[in-house]
Amino acid sequence: MALKAETHPIATSNDVVRVRQIVRAATIQLKFSLVEQTKFVTATSELARNTLEHGGGGWMTLEMVKNGLREGIKLTFRDNGPGIADIELALSEGYTSAGGMGLGLSGSKRLVNEFEITSELGQGTTVIVTRWK
Amino acid sequence: MSVFHQVVKANESAILVGWLKQMSASTRRGDLINDVDLKEQASEFLKLFTEACQKSSDVQSEAFASTQEFLAEIAKSRLEQGFSTSETAMFVLSLKQPIFSAIRDAFKANPSELVSEIWASGDLLDQLAMLTIDSAITIRELTISRQQEEMLELSTPVVKLWDGILALPLIGTLDSARTQVVMESLLSAIVETNSQIAIIDITGVPTVDTLVAQHLIKTITAARLMGADCYLSGIRPAIAQTIVHLGIELIDVQTKAKLSDAFALALQRLGKAVVTTKPSATSPAQGRNRVA
Ligand SMILES: Nc1ncnc2c1ncn2[C@@H]1O[C@H](COP(=O)(O)OP(=O)(O)OP(=O)(O)O)[C@@H](O)[C@H]1O
Ligand SMILES: [Mg+2]
Repeated sequence: MALKAETHPIATSNDVVRVRQIVRAATIQLKFSLVEQTKFVTATSELARNTLEHGGGGWMTLEMVKNGLREGIKLTFRDNGPGIADIELALSEGYTSAGGMGLGLSGSKRLVNEFEITSELGQGTTVIVTRWK
Repeated sequence: MSVFHQVVKANESAILVGWLKQMSASTRRGDLINDVDLKEQASEFLKLFTEACQKSSDVQSEAFASTQEFLAEIAKSRLEQGFSTSETAMFVLSLKQPIFSAIRDAFKANPSELVSEIWASGDLLDQLAMLTIDSAITIRELTISRQQEEMLELSTPVVKLWDGILALPLIGTLDSARTQVVMESLLSAIVETNSQIAIIDITGVPTVDTLVAQHLIKTITAARLMGADCYLSGIRPAIAQTIVHLGIELIDVQTKAKLSDAFALALQRLGKAVVTTKPSATSPAQGRNRVA
């Protein structure tokens, strides 16, 4: 169940900083511990930068979600970029097509509780992550 | 179509006088703008406004383009002069009163026309005031985002801690082009000061992700090629855990929790030691740290 949803554009590297601050504020609101905050904000940073750099820009939707008594934050990163041909490859540690470290996608998967990625060539990529309190 | 613009035109100078009086009563800030400028702006606006009203009653139409442009200029200069948003909007709103009284005098004999002309002119002025507020807000937002950008770009100084030891205390986000600049300045400072050790302190960096890590590793590698060792300090526990989960390995990088620990290590590496000396007779200090 979503209690609140808001969408933010990711078009410049400043937007990456901004969505990070927005997610940080949401984690504080849910009283995440400092470690949980740092992990989720770092995952946000990786996924937002992928949206910008590999997806050519897009949006992040933030939802405050509830599952029974559990509260959490669900983020959807979506772009209309080139898509990912081989998701498994993209998720393997150290794989990069752009001279990065190739750790962003695989690493952010470990920093969240739920991770879901869909991509279609020529259509774009959507990554949905959730972290529960 | 309404005809109040004819009334405005016929009574232009009286309206101008009434308007300026109205502005000095409600908003005119003698401290921020002088009478001559204000009068010039007011008569220019009145001219544009009556011209536009002859052609259209829709502020979004082509006829009002120059009026809109003029108001955007007004909003910009007012904000620069220190007026508030509502004071800026009052420039337009305070024109209502003198225009209404001119219309009232002109349509004394015809109450129904009087009402519709007042309605039409009031509506137009309200819409123009809204436009002015909108431009003022847009300008404000642009200013704020520019300031935010500037804050991100704040330069980070390279400080010399001791002969042969440099420190680079990083503060803020490391996303932008600034990282490149900061790293380059560290490398050139290493050459200039002929330092053997550089301490990069990331206490002030809120998020360390793969991009930041990559920049750090590149810098450390480049420094090493130049014969200097880099220590990384200020890695908070939460960041340390996150880095591990990301899969970033900082092997070969000397890391310390605190800048002071890294400094102590650097001194040790250079064969120096911090000793506590006994308080001297002349100095009331309880003990002084001195580098031997
Ligand atoms: N939104 C996206 N659209 C298209 N391709 C993507 C997207 N996200 C990731 N990829 C692909 O997956 C690869 C791996 O992504 P990952 O974030 O792990 O590494 P990276 O971005 O290359 O480097 P870094 O370690 O700095 O994040 C990318 O190099 C890119 O080819
Ligand atoms: Mg990445």
